[in-house]
Amino acid sequence: MSPIAIRVENTTKIYGEGKNKVIALKNVTIEIPENEFFTLLGPSGCGKTTILRLIAGFENPTKGKVYLHGDEITGYPPFKRMINTVFQNYALFPHMTVAENIAFGLEMLGKPKNEIKRTVGEMLGLVKMDDLRNRQISQISGGQQQRVALARALAPKPKVLLLDEPLSALDQKLRKEMQIELKRLQSETGITFIFVTHDQEEALTMSDRIAVMNEGEILQIGTPHEIYRQPSERFVADFIGETNFLNAEVIGCNNGIATLRLTSGKTVETIIKEDFKPQGKVTIVIRPEHAVLVENEEECLLKGHLLDSVYFGTDMHFHVELEKGERFMLRIQNNPDEKAASRINEKNIYIGLQKNAVQILKD
Amino acid sequence: MGLKKPANLSENPPESASAVLKTEKNRPERRRWLLLSPALLLLLLAASGPLLIVLVYSFLTPADYSGVVWDFSLEGWKGVIWQRDIFTNTISLSDAHLRVLVRSVKLSFFTTALTLVFGFPTAYFIATRPAKKRSFWLFLITIPFWTNLLIRTFAIMEVIRNQGILNSLLIHMHLIDAPLQILYTDFAILAGMLYVYLPLMVLPIYSSMERFDFNLVEAGYDLYASRRQTMRHIILPLVRPGIVAGSILVFIPSLGAYVTPRILGGGKSMMLGNLIELQFGQGNNWPLGAALSFFLLMLTMIFLFVYIRLTSKSVKSYA
Repeated sequence: MSPIAIRVENTTKIYGEGKNKVIALKNVTIEIPENEFFTLLGPSGCGKTTILRLIAGFENPTKGKVYLHGDEITGYPPFKRMINTVFQNYALFPHMTVAENIAFGLEMLGKPKNEIKRTVGEMLGLVKMDDLRNRQISQISGGQQQRVALARALAPKPKVLLLDEPLSALDQKLRKEMQIELKRLQSETGITFIFVTHDQEEALTMSDRIAVMNEGEILQIGTPHEIYRQPSERFVADFIGETNFLNAEVIGCNNGIATLRLTSGKTVETIIKEDFKPQGKVTIVIRPEHAVLVENEEECLLKGHLLDSVYFGTDMHFHVELEKGERFMLRIQNNPDEKAASRINEKNIYIGLQKNAVQILKD
Repeated sequence: MGLKKPANLSENPPESASAVLKTEKNRPERRRWLLLSPALLLLLLAASGPLLIVLVYSFLTPADYSGVVWDFSLEGWKGVIWQRDIFTNTISLSDAHLRVLVRSVKLSFFTTALTLVFGFPTAYFIATRPAKKRSFWLFLITIPFWTNLLIRTFAIMEVIRNQGILNSLLIHMHLIDAPLQILYTDFAILAGMLYVYLPLMVLPIYSSMERFDFNLVEAGYDLYASRRQTMRHIILPLVRPGIVAGSILVFIPSLGAYVTPRILGGGKSMMLGNLIELQFGQGNNWPLGAALSFFLLMLTMIFLFVYIRLTSKSVKSYA
């Protein structure tokens, strides 16, 4: 693993006092290595922006320490930290042109004139804004402002770039473009990006690693694949993607393979981590796309009747009520010539599962 | 022709259709002018009319006791800067008038600077309060407007005079032995001016600052600007319209200030306003008074012009 760029250590942040006391962060510790695209993901009010503000220096922790490349920076003002921020509302300086905005950080650092000019040129090229360098901020579109905000924050070549929901103001199409763009900028510059979002899709597509947060705590840190495939808790499973929660009973567990009895009475095996020893009644999660339709009762693992079906273009979602009253949703891809709906019998839906579709939650 | 035109259309020849459209479009515009007309009329009658009279009077000859004689003369205008020695009948630059002029400009300048120094932090403070509390602070700022200027000025006098509240208090606390001479000093005048004109500086700056996006301050800090640099490069340029407006609102009336210097200065330090008053009263030289009034007006306009030119200089470009 490459050296650590940012370390937030046992950090607690409390706003207000007495009755108005709000605990924004509860004893959080994160380590983010250099050159990583790291995402803080969670619903609004989960504390993700607070972490960002603590790293940027806009707030100081009530308890705990912040390190940048091994040096403690707790209590340093923002202008003494080689960290830049792309703000949610961009916060571009309206009285300056595009080029002046990008030059601002370099000016304040007292860089020589010719270096500033060169870097501004580079940055304009990096975000493909060369033609608009002399425009006023009010004369460019939201997407362009986004690019300027990025260029302005990247120009001083910070050690870490913080991005506070920078794509939330853009429309769907532009957002998709910027996701790719951000990923490209991160790998081209090699700067550590810490990205805050409440959009799980954004997090999954862009990040090297994701920290899922709720109520001031970090619930799980992992690669997008780990977070999606092996959610450790109900909240994580629920927040990322769509999930079926079912009750099951562990009837056997050895060599990293657990055998479970489903409510239908059938048994299924799944791989688990070596150090995880589930017992008794557990909650399992099954992603809708990991379920399949099967022909008859013998092959199926779950059985039920159709409540509702929704057409999504690429696929169809079937909402099924299982025998014991549990709800189950499965997603079946549409073929060019037929909707998946034509393949089912509404009264009796036989559901099978792909290999290792079942994940056991720890809580 | 089987088609019957609607009555109202047939009254207009076809070629005037565009004209109809045009008047239709202009109607709201004209209505807006109508809204303006009462104020415009009042200004025309109450400002331009008397100004014209003043201008005419400045070119006439003073009458023996008061008023003017309708004889054309440039003596009034000459008297603004030059004086005639009554014994030798020679003309020289009028020291007295120049001193008054310099004193007035200085007073206006210091008043503006002081109100800016006191007003800017005040406006900043109010603008950074939570939205609900701001109206309370603004309300406090406007309280002095409830009372007549003259009464407020006498109240200040009561506070700072030798046997006044301030001196009594200081003596009582054994901080001083004899009363401090505050009243009838330049300090008293300046303090009074500051007090009177402070709201006129605070309000325009506040209204600029209220629209200011304080996220930009964080952006400044984030981009390595110290507190001072953030103030200079981000806050000041963006609230400049408010500072300019406030400075104009303070500087101009200060230049013609009359009541405050008269009462708190005790008439010892004469200002342009007092000089003008003198010509219409004891001095009995209406043309000179009129010329001085016009001179003050022109001076104000020159300062205004220079100030606006200086402050609207565009920011340097790195492009």
